[in-house]
Amino acid sequence: MSKEWPLWEVFIRSQHGLAHKHVGSLHAPDAEMAINNARDVYTRRNEGLSIWVVRASDIVASSPSDKEPLFEPANDKVYRHPTFFPMPDEIHM
Amino acid sequence: MDKTLFQYLLRLGDGDLILAQRLGALIGHGPILEEDMALANTALDILGQARMWLTLAGEIEGAGRDEDALAYHRDAPQFLNPLLVERPNGDYAQTMARQFFYDVWHYYLLQSLAKSADERVAAIAAKGIKEVAYHVRRSSDLAVRLGDGTDESHARMQAAVDELWRYTGELFTDDEIDRDVAARGLGCELASLREPWLAHVRDVLQEATLTVPDEAQAYHALLRGGRQGRHTEDLGYVLAEMQHLQRAYPGAAW
Repeated sequence: MSKEWPLWEVFIRSQHGLAHKHVGSLHAPDAEMAINNARDVYTRRNEGLSIWVVRASDIVASSPSDKEPLFEPANDKVYRHPTFFPMPDEIHM
Repeated sequence: MDKTLFQYLLRLGDGDLILAQRLGALIGHGPILEEDMALANTALDILGQARMWLTLAGEIEGAGRDEDALAYHRDAPQFLNPLLVERPNGDYAQTMARQFFYDVWHYYLLQSLAKSADERVAAIAAKGIKEVAYHVRRSSDLAVRLGDGTDESHARMQAAVDELWRYTGELFTDDEIDRDVAARGLGCELASLREPWLAHVRDVLQEATLTVPDEAQAYHALLRGGRQGRHTEDLGYVLAEMQHLQRAYPGAAW
């Protein structure tokens, strides 16, 4: 067994936020202590209503080298953006 | 001036203040960053409560002493904290055993004080109890992890429990001040906290695979008296560090 505690990613739903947002990471031996540690490290200023923790190793991430096939095809599909609707003057930013 | 209430409030405030000072000495020395911050949070919670008790004590005394005057300009015999909180930090097992015993006691104490007939006492207790509920959760959890951990952590935790157990009797020993304040509905009789304290502590120690020391071990006559101003040598060192700046430069401010 490694002596190093596993890394956990911390997500917090703030007072007015609807979704949990990634706020950072920490080390803890298990989920219960990860929640306690998240409380002590990331909610010192009354930031949260709810905490999620997930082992960093359980997160599946896209590879930076996949950037082109994953994201570039969207670049020339401007019709996916709602820019073709006529907007009334009052709500123009 | 209500002298008994004044002294009772000093006991409450001093217990918190000295423990906060002990924990404060560990800031930056925690075993890992997360634990360091958690312990610092606990220290600050308890210090905040000490400030409220001492401020109220100063008001009751009516001699113009504020929280700072009471914290920085009294000597050891005037401090009324239980001996448990002045025990040295030792290893982490000792720090956590001390914290665990205190937190559980603190929780039941505040629960009782929240019903005080003095609404200022009740308000401070009600505010503190939310913080202390978390302290209990954390120190109980760590007691189990250290007790039911490796052979070494188990041995250290058992030694810490055995050593500090002897200072827990004082937390439940009433004198005339406690009885007077309880009779007037302002405070509570400490003896009444013993049973719920023991029940929680037993559960946690058993889960931690630790041996619960004999009850009689908790009541050594020589290992109490802090709440009457009779302290161990250790308190002097705590005060020397805590009070040095205000003694050397009276009135110095941030």
